[in-house]
Amino acid sequence: MNRTNQTPGAEGLFDALPVLDEDANRRLHRRLVDAAEAAGILDVAYRTIDTPVGSLLLAATDQGLVRIAYPNQGHDQVLAKLAEQVSPRVLLAPRRLDPVALQLDEYFAGHRSAFDVMLDWRLSHGFRRQVLAQLPRIAYGHTASYAAVAAAAGSPRAVRAVGTACATNPLPIVVPCHRVVRSDGAVGGYAGGPEAKRTLLTLEAAA
Amino acid sequence: MLKPFEEVVAEYGPMVLRVCRAVLGPVEAEDAWSETFLAALRAYPELRPDSNVEAWLVTIAHRKALDQHRARARNPVAVDALPERPTSQGVPGSRDTELWDALRSLPRKQRQAVAYHYLAGMPYALIAPILGNSEVAARRAAADGIKTLRAIYRQGASR
Repeated sequence: MNRTNQTPGAEGLFDALPVLDEDANRRLHRRLVDAAEAAGILDVAYRTIDTPVGSLLLAATDQGLVRIAYPNQGHDQVLAKLAEQVSPRVLLAPRRLDPVALQLDEYFAGHRSAFDVMLDWRLSHGFRRQVLAQLPRIAYGHTASYAAVAAAAGSPRAVRAVGTACATNPLPIVVPCHRVVRSDGAVGGYAGGPEAKRTLLTLEAAA
Repeated sequence: MLKPFEEVVAEYGPMVLRVCRAVLGPVEAEDAWSETFLAALRAYPELRPDSNVEAWLVTIAHRKALDQHRARARNPVAVDALPERPTSQGVPGSRDTELWDALRSLPRKQRQAVAYHYLAGMPYALIAPILGNSEVAARRAAADGIKTLRAIYRQGASR
């Protein structure tokens, strides 16, 4: 298959048809997104935003925000996983993410302490989901230990499982697993890396 | 495993647009492209992961182009001449209009065979089932089409 060059035998004939017409591609992409949204077949919309903790991937179904991913998690891999776990009908479609992108901007500017967006929890199950559901109770600017969260989730001995739930949180920042720290005061691990966790905790402590 | 549809659009969108432009001309091409990719998105979850995505898309585009052709035939307003209306798709009198004038003079099957082979890069074995003819007939249609194009569209050929 030969997409970038002319197939031999027609040299020069089709030069008037550009191989790549960026304007047309952008226009057609927008039109496809609008039509897909109108037809109810845009199963996963995504975009990225630049933040102090790096470029974040945001993805939403028609139910709500389904995934936030850090750069170190590999945006392409995360999208491939969404195609597998949710639906392969995945399109770059920023508009559906506008409300959450705006709220994240406000959060990183120190002007927002809680998020008001619909969440699609489908990527989290069982005990992990139970744990994550507890996390919004940890107030902005505060922290809780893994042990305290385990107790709050009704399984005081499941400290390690709380750590796993936080590490696999599909909706970091909005579901504030960064506020769960080690009992000895160390920040502990984080899906976005310990540096990102420190940045978020510092931001919240200063605001 | 199917990859995100966004990757399909990025990888094959430009090729399908070129094919649509060659088969339908600059004005109708974008409608056909849009209908092709909307239909493809709709059907995508059922596509077998080992499918030839290129042939799948060209097959859909082929059907959408036929639909447009039939719609135009039912509606005699815009049959023979290119409608003279504003377009953002090309400068009037530019080389893409001249190329389209040359392509338009070909029998439809020749135009399709030329586009699917020379622009989509598909082998005749995959083009024949789309055109509903044999591999030999598809190859001949493309060869005849290219020969005619070279004769009437010298500007492109002599570059």
